[in-house]
Amino acid sequence: MPRRHRDEVKSKKLVFIYMVCILCASVAKFVEDRSMSEIVVDNETGPPIFGVIAEFDTTDAVVAAARRSYEEGYRRMDAYSPFPIEELTEALGIKHTRLPLLIFAGGAAGLLGGFFMQYYMTALDYQHNIGGRPLNSWPAFIPVTFETTILLASITAVFGMIMLNGLPQPYHPVFNVPRFELASRDRFFLVIEADDPKFDRDRTTSFLQTLNAREVSDVEA
Amino acid sequence: MSSVTQEHPHETVARQATADHLNGGYPVIEPGHSFASVTDKISSIVLTRRTPLGWFIGFAMAFAVVQLLMLSIAWLLLNGIGVWGNNVPVGWAFDIINFVWWIGIGHAGTLISAILLLFRQDWRTSINRFAEAMTLFAVACAGIFPALHTGRPWLDYWLFPYPNTMGLWPNFRSPLIWDVFAVSTYGTVSALFWFVGLIPDLATMRDRARHWFTRTAFGLGAMGWRGSARHWHRYETAYLILAGLSTPLVLSVHTIVSFDFAVSIVPGWHATIFPPYFVAGAIYAGFAMVLTLLIPIRRFYGLKDFITMRHIHNCAKVMLATGLIVFYGYVMEAFFAWYSSNRYERAMMYDRITGDYWFLYWLLILCNGIVPQLLWSKRVRENMFVLFGICMFINVGMWLERFMIIVQSLHKDYLVSSWGNYSPRFWDFGMFFGTIGLFVALIFLFIRVLPMISIFEMRTLLPEAKVKEEQPSQV
Repeated sequence: MPRRHRDEVKSKKLVFIYMVCILCASVAKFVEDRSMSEIVVDNETGPPIFGVIAEFDTTDAVVAAARRSYEEGYRRMDAYSPFPIEELTEALGIKHTRLPLLIFAGGAAGLLGGFFMQYYMTALDYQHNIGGRPLNSWPAFIPVTFETTILLASITAVFGMIMLNGLPQPYHPVFNVPRFELASRDRFFLVIEADDPKFDRDRTTSFLQTLNAREVSDVEA
Repeated sequence: MSSVTQEHPHETVARQATADHLNGGYPVIEPGHSFASVTDKISSIVLTRRTPLGWFIGFAMAFAVVQLLMLSIAWLLLNGIGVWGNNVPVGWAFDIINFVWWIGIGHAGTLISAILLLFRQDWRTSINRFAEAMTLFAVACAGIFPALHTGRPWLDYWLFPYPNTMGLWPNFRSPLIWDVFAVSTYGTVSALFWFVGLIPDLATMRDRARHWFTRTAFGLGAMGWRGSARHWHRYETAYLILAGLSTPLVLSVHTIVSFDFAVSIVPGWHATIFPPYFVAGAIYAGFAMVLTLLIPIRRFYGLKDFITMRHIHNCAKVMLATGLIVFYGYVMEAFFAWYSSNRYERAMMYDRITGDYWFLYWLLILCNGIVPQLLWSKRVRENMFVLFGICMFINVGMWLERFMIIVQSLHKDYLVSSWGNYSPRFWDFGMFFGTIGLFVALIFLFIRVLPMISIFEMRTLLPEAKVKEEQPSQV
């Protein structure tokens, strides 16, 4: 078979495999979506909802509310604030993130990769006598090794944070709440999600209303 | 509950009174602001306020200078680097002077955003976004010079180690290749740090924007950020670690830039004091540039609530301290030359003080060593016109410092037969002023399209951001 033809066949094969993958993924997504929506409708009496949201005016109020909800036994919940609040994270029972470990791994990869890249290039692949220095002149490799360590660790920090946070995520049910745009200004929100085992639409709503909330409403799915 | 909230301001005033004793009594943010007012004030500059006429005039002027840069680059590419004045023995001149000058200016941004964060200096909050933008633009301007100085900039990718048909690799024993890695890493990490800081503010802008285009543009940048506590937790972790990584990085960058000189054997370059002296000089130049930009901006945009006298004072004090280190460096250079008893070093120093470039040397001492001593006076630090003038002196002085180090050291080295003089040509100045135009134009665009002060971090400075610990039974 001529090479050109073979390549054409190969690329057609690849396109085919790619199409099959897309098809499988969309089928899986469709099935998953259907089963998800079924579960939510089964649990609820009304239209499916994502959860119940409570709006607060102050940091103190939202932290206290998060703490109370945690004591009440709610686990599938999240709070939204216009700036990071350490106490809020603790009140929601959010454990340590594995991000630092990832960053360490990124840094270690940068360190070893950077050093051995230079070692391979200078001492093994392209041996070159420069001013009579040894092939593995490791002190001269340190600056680049240092830079690659920082570079990979920083890239891991940024993209690790973004990916662990599930971003980019253009759609999220909380954006359906009309007043939610204030979460990036001066209001604090607490959402108890519908898939929490303890979630009950009426009971959770009335529970949130006891917590000094300014307003409590449903979050449409 | 409400009575507890009302106690906040008084307590804060009392706490600040003691804390501000050391800072001349100036707060980091003027009292009377709330989460909403901080958000509205900063975002309105971009979203709702009319763009001032001065912005258009300033941007147009800067953009005109960018055309000079374009012209200079085009002329250079058509004719080769012979259009510049540098020639043997002065093979490095404006291109490297400007590169080092711009890179140095960038360093203040990282110092403010990373090192001051680690030291929990909350005054950094009002100026870190701005300073980081300055860093990014300065690095962009810096990168132009060595990239073009290679002579065949279309082959600049040869600087990076990639498997190639020529079967060779870069020489990793050369400081110039360290520089490639240091500067490209610095540029990348600065951009990442800046972007991470912007994400929550882009979400704020998205939620405040009324026009579909701005909403979509900010929305794309915010990537669906919604301020979730889980997200903030990882965000804070990532931000702090990034600061920890940027701190040694920023020190390494100018150290490696100084290796370009110090690792060689040229008299006037081969000095162990170069790394710390370069890093101090970088921060010195950077803070001067920060103030050069901030003094007019806080005035024209009415940001005196956020960029208070406290910030001005602190920047001036950092400038004074790093300026003294730099001045010590000058003294030590002269001392080393004498104490080494090396005739070439001594000849270099004698030539520097009395030779062809004596005028520039003494101008440098005036700009960087003597004029900044005025900053000891509180009255000088509080007078914006005088302070701005001192910053201009330092900007010029730091440029002269690199001119002295590079040109003066090269023009007379070991062999008398290869002595020569250097004088810049039109295209040298064209490139240099062109990058200043580019820098200023980018700053103008930045303050027009992005929040120039970190909104979410400003919110954390407010007293009501602090959570009062209370027993769950109180609720």
